[in-house]
Amino acid sequence: MDKTIEELHELLQTKKVTSAELIQESLQKSHEVEEKYNAFATILDEAGPTEVTANLLSGIPFGIKDNYSTKGILSTGSSNTLKNYIPFFNATAVEKLLQAGAVPVNKTALDEFGMGGTGTTANTGIIKNPWDPTRMCAGSSAGSACAVASGVYPYALGSDTGDSIRKPAAYCGIVGYKPTYGMISRYGLFPFASSLDHCGVLTRSVKDAAIVVDAMKGLDEKDMTSWDSSHIHLYNSLNGNVQGKKLCYIKELCDIANYPNANPELKEHLANFHQVIENFKKCGVTIEEVSVDQKLLDALPSVYVILSCAEATSNMSNLTGIIFGPRGEGKNVNEMMKDHRTKGFSPLIKRRFVIGSYVLQKENQERYFKNAARVRRLLVDTWKNLYKIYDAVILPVASGPARHLDSDKDILTKDTAVLEEHLQIGNFGGFPSITLPDGFVSNLPVGINITGNVYDDANVLNIAYALESTMNYKNQIAKEVTHE
Amino acid sequence: MNKYKAVIGLEMHCELKSNSKVFSSGRNSYNEIPNDNISPVDMAFPGILPVVNKKCVHDALMMSMILNCKQPEYMYFDRKNYYYPDLPKGYQITQNTEPVGVDGEITIEVGEKLIPVKIHDIHLEEDAASLDHYYDTSCIDYNRAGVPLLELVTEPCLHSAEEAVAFLEHMRSIYKYCGISEADTKKGQIRCDVNVSIMDEDVTELGTKVEVKNINSFGNVFDAINYEIKRQSELKDQGRYDEVEQETRRFDEESGTTIRMRSKVDALDYKYFVDPNLPKYKITPEWLAEIKREIPALALERKQKYINEYNLSSYDASVIVKEKEYAEYFEELVNLGIDVKTASNWLTTQVLGEINRENISLAEFYLTPSLMKQIIDAQSRGTISSKQAKEIFYKAVEEKKEPKTYLNSDNAQLSDRDELTKLITEIINNNPEQVSQYKSGKTNLFDYFVGQVMKNTRGKANPVITKEILNDLLK
Repeated sequence: MDKTIEELHELLQTKKVTSAELIQESLQKSHEVEEKYNAFATILDEAGPTEVTANLLSGIPFGIKDNYSTKGILSTGSSNTLKNYIPFFNATAVEKLLQAGAVPVNKTALDEFGMGGTGTTANTGIIKNPWDPTRMCAGSSAGSACAVASGVYPYALGSDTGDSIRKPAAYCGIVGYKPTYGMISRYGLFPFASSLDHCGVLTRSVKDAAIVVDAMKGLDEKDMTSWDSSHIHLYNSLNGNVQGKKLCYIKELCDIANYPNANPELKEHLANFHQVIENFKKCGVTIEEVSVDQKLLDALPSVYVILSCAEATSNMSNLTGIIFGPRGEGKNVNEMMKDHRTKGFSPLIKRRFVIGSYVLQKENQERYFKNAARVRRLLVDTWKNLYKIYDAVILPVASGPARHLDSDKDILTKDTAVLEEHLQIGNFGGFPSITLPDGFVSNLPVGINITGNVYDDANVLNIAYALESTMNYKNQIAKEVTHE
Repeated sequence: MNKYKAVIGLEMHCELKSNSKVFSSGRNSYNEIPNDNISPVDMAFPGILPVVNKKCVHDALMMSMILNCKQPEYMYFDRKNYYYPDLPKGYQITQNTEPVGVDGEITIEVGEKLIPVKIHDIHLEEDAASLDHYYDTSCIDYNRAGVPLLELVTEPCLHSAEEAVAFLEHMRSIYKYCGISEADTKKGQIRCDVNVSIMDEDVTELGTKVEVKNINSFGNVFDAINYEIKRQSELKDQGRYDEVEQETRRFDEESGTTIRMRSKVDALDYKYFVDPNLPKYKITPEWLAEIKREIPALALERKQKYINEYNLSSYDASVIVKEKEYAEYFEELVNLGIDVKTASNWLTTQVLGEINRENISLAEFYLTPSLMKQIIDAQSRGTISSKQAKEIFYKAVEEKKEPKTYLNSDNAQLSDRDELTKLITEIINNNPEQVSQYKSGKTNLFDYFVGQVMKNTRGKANPVITKEILNDLLK
């Protein structure tokens, strides 16, 4: 299970291993990982083999984030509001993988409904980092990142509203890719913020990410924001040739001089970043430094909070316990809804609902919600202007390796706030964005991100593929660091 | 009571006809079995997404054009957020930012008068589920959840219950003419809210507006408005106008009164915002032009044509334009070359009488205009009497056979002049006494001879020819 999809496929085709054996191994690993890191909402012990076909994914196990609707399988979104919910339909992305012959072996835990960046707010408890269980995985696709990094299977589905695939990937030393908005149908993905939500995948190599997204993507008549990408073949487009490609990084984010209070981990992380891109230039890539208005960048975290909370408040209004989910108690229907929601949601989510309602109120909408939408537009336009010159923007992910579980959760230090949150621009613009491991700081993996223009997924993946080949972190499996 | 001017605004919700619902693949049809017309989308299961029904947008744009509204450049939808057990998503998809039509005006007929009605906006939205309340439980039927609705909002520009109902009737006729809605109040397909205020004749400042919500028949609209005008006027007369509050009331059918529900001060903030799941899309001028071409001639337009060009009476014209299929039947008769008056008479008396008796639609009626023409032509040629024409009409309808079958057979009229002359000569010869009385001045005996001829031919003798021959022979 520590192998790539191509390798596993080869083994299956030559009958050196059977689908049943792979699933058995994956299930066994699932239980080990669950025991150690608490990564899963459900383990599908009854999972059975499928026929091995020409499809690269056939017969191979994978994991599904628990905010994807899975027919006949408990789908909770890691929330008590859906703790007993068994859907009767599959998310389109899941359906496509099933048709490819892929075998789901577990549902992975997440920050409740994807609303969190720590992996600590699932109703099943804290998800620990497989490199160091005293640290977090980041979120919200924490369980998926943990499982893939631990070698449970080659890939797991994630969803990404702010950086929910790409940050956990960095913290767990693996690859996280969210394609252009609408490339993968969102039908059946429990919504957090519809204009920012993306489906995607966590893998241990760029090639595996390309293979999986090739299978998940496509126009879906059930999702009006999906588009026809039948002309795009991600896997076949990977040739590693990046001669003449132009990349840029943002000075305001990458210059250590901008962080007067930088800790050693941040210094090491940024130094490593510069070294990695310096090295990458040898492949014939031009990488330039560009400057972006600091004020605009500084607005980013609050714009994200306003927009995502506003949409979330509305999106989660269907969770009343009337049609599905545990019925609340009360003398009348309003009391029942109130009881269901009061008991079902964690305090973090309730806080976000309050923010969301507040910014949408008639008297506040112009000042908060509409202004946030305008700043979103400005940020996206800024990036789109960069894409007129550059193939992609390359940036370090976060301000260092995985944070300690006992550090202040979800509270950002002012200095590094934008560095921690900049991946959200990928969601604002619907840009294809991929994170891959680019080194170690304090013996823990750190990540680098490449984000390109919409519909330019093949180019972005090929650049990531070339960069990956300049480093030694492809297919790495988490090894717990020893503490003194 | 009449010393005050009433100011009335209407909100008319009309369910649209379509195969599937406005944002889901759930069936849109009248269904008595609860929760039969549903899809996961209608019940807001986690992860569902709306997909807009293009036919509904098409129909909404057509109505927008008929109402002479401005159409937006892009079509998009907003979420109206509130919690209610009949609203599965916790928000209704509607149009707030850019409705499908704004700032319109349409001319309606009130009695014999034409008046303009200003339209604030018309927008496309989804209906909520329906609730049935029992003693200690309530049941939710999601059949209606997601049914396409067009909500039309007038400016406060109407001044009487008559005008309000005339407007609603006019709109119902348009919906039916365009095939956009069955517009059947009995099936709950039309629901209205009315806003009523009163003011002194000589002031310009509007009075306090009272809203009466969810009225389900035009009769009740009429009664609710009149009740409100009376209630508000009485309070004003008594110097208690400050007791008229900006509030929402409902109409109580049993007592014929309106009952307070809540004050407008408690109105919800719906926190509207654009639904990100429904990407905005451009309404092209080509599409608009195409829809415009599809708009049929409407009732009022046809009625005026019938009166002005065909010289029909206002009454007959009204009867004919009541349903589009009547008007089309009539126009087809005219196009077949039948005289307008004759066509109108046949349609309004015989044809409509028959379909009403049988309780069928005109489309189900056996005698198409071209079959009707066989009867009408025979009558106008004098081949058959009007009585015979009617007999053939009923026979043809009953036996579902072409009228000409009866014209050709022995049921047909006896018009052969020689044969009739022979027969009449015989009758005259057999009645010498009556002949001499007739010739001596008792001219009313003429009818006696006609009666004898009819008796001998079992009513089949052509009356015109019979009279001509009798006149000749009795000279």
